[in-house]
Amino acid sequence: MTVLHRQRLYIVLFFILGICIAITLAIVALKDNVNHYFTPTQIANNQIPLNKKIRGGGIVVPGSIQRSTDSLNTNFIISDGVNSVKVAYEGILPDLFTENSASVVVGYVNTQGVFIAKEVLAKHDSYYMPKEVKQAMDKAKESISKQINR
Amino acid sequence: MNFSWFYKLGSPKWFYSITTPWIKPIGILSLALIIIAFVWGLAYAPADYLQGNSYRIIFIHVPSAFLAESIYCMLAFCAFLFFIWRVKLTDVFLESLAPIGASFCLLALVTGAIWGKPTWGTWWVWDARLTSMLILLFLYLGIIAFRQAATSRKNADRGCAILAVIGAINIPIIKFSVDWWNTLHQGATLKITGASTIATEMLYPLLLSIVAFYLFFIFVLLLRVRNNLLLRESKTKWVNSLFIPN
Repeated sequence: MTVLHRQRLYIVLFFILGICIAITLAIVALKDNVNHYFTPTQIANNQIPLNKKIRGGGIVVPGSIQRSTDSLNTNFIISDGVNSVKVAYEGILPDLFTENSASVVVGYVNTQGVFIAKEVLAKHDSYYMPKEVKQAMDKAKESISKQINR
Repeated sequence: MNFSWFYKLGSPKWFYSITTPWIKPIGILSLALIIIAFVWGLAYAPADYLQGNSYRIIFIHVPSAFLAESIYCMLAFCAFLFFIWRVKLTDVFLESLAPIGASFCLLALVTGAIWGKPTWGTWWVWDARLTSMLILLFLYLGIIAFRQAATSRKNADRGCAILAVIGAINIPIIKFSVDWWNTLHQGATLKITGASTIATEMLYPLLLSIVAFYLFFIFVLLLRVRNNLLLRESKTKWVNSLFIPN
């Protein structure tokens, strides 16, 4: 390695180090703003701006979906296992929106603590399998839980 | 340290002549594998229990996204070698890789949007994964645009090299964005360590598709590099002797 090469190497390393520091500082400063959504725990602990457009995300609690018969109003509860938030939504839900699946809601939290959603997105998990496999897995889970309950 | 062997490695004439017999077999093999992988994935693989048939875009989306990132890694590595040691051929690779990477990046973004509409309920969200992937596309476009704008090839090579090395910081951000932050985009399905969360009937055509896409990339890369080599070396004896029979 000649002196010229070493010089160039130092220049590049210096650049990379500087940019790394800059990006790290930016990410640390942004922190929660980079997160796509707030969790129900953050909402319950008032770590969110009131009456301002935010996103919330969590698992749709089974049995909590209440569809209105004469309008597109839907009420449901999202939870992160610790806390839960009531959501009110008017509009068409995505196909993947079901009980026990993750969902991201866009809107604001009113003073009663209800999340008024203007938009509901379904989050997909990283699992891919055929229907038969899913049914077999659910059956296996059921029989295990039955055995435990006995 | 003596690095002289390193410099001899990338003689343009040597590279050109050694790759000539490889072009055709790689091209035919990659196209054949792509056809097999697509027929297998689109027609024979079972439908997903939740998404039905719309998950099948995975056979294009995942290989394209993998390639968009690996091509950038290769680009940044070439840029590093070029900027410091001026290793021969790395400048040609630098020029040839950017448009290919940009194409795969665009393909990944578009297929992702098409899948996102029925699955998530939206074409686009500004979450960390999608945004960092868009930045990758802009980095590619920036490198291509800089080359067009530069006044000489020497300036273009140096500028592009610096831009490429600096942009490499984005790669780990893309990779780990789904782990570091809450994103709408799901976490990794294919894992190098630990079990992949995809049924084997879907995994095999996906892996085949990834291999086929990588081969296709090598095929396109060789074509571009050889073309750019001829252009850059158009005044040398060995290029002239290729076209003028003696």
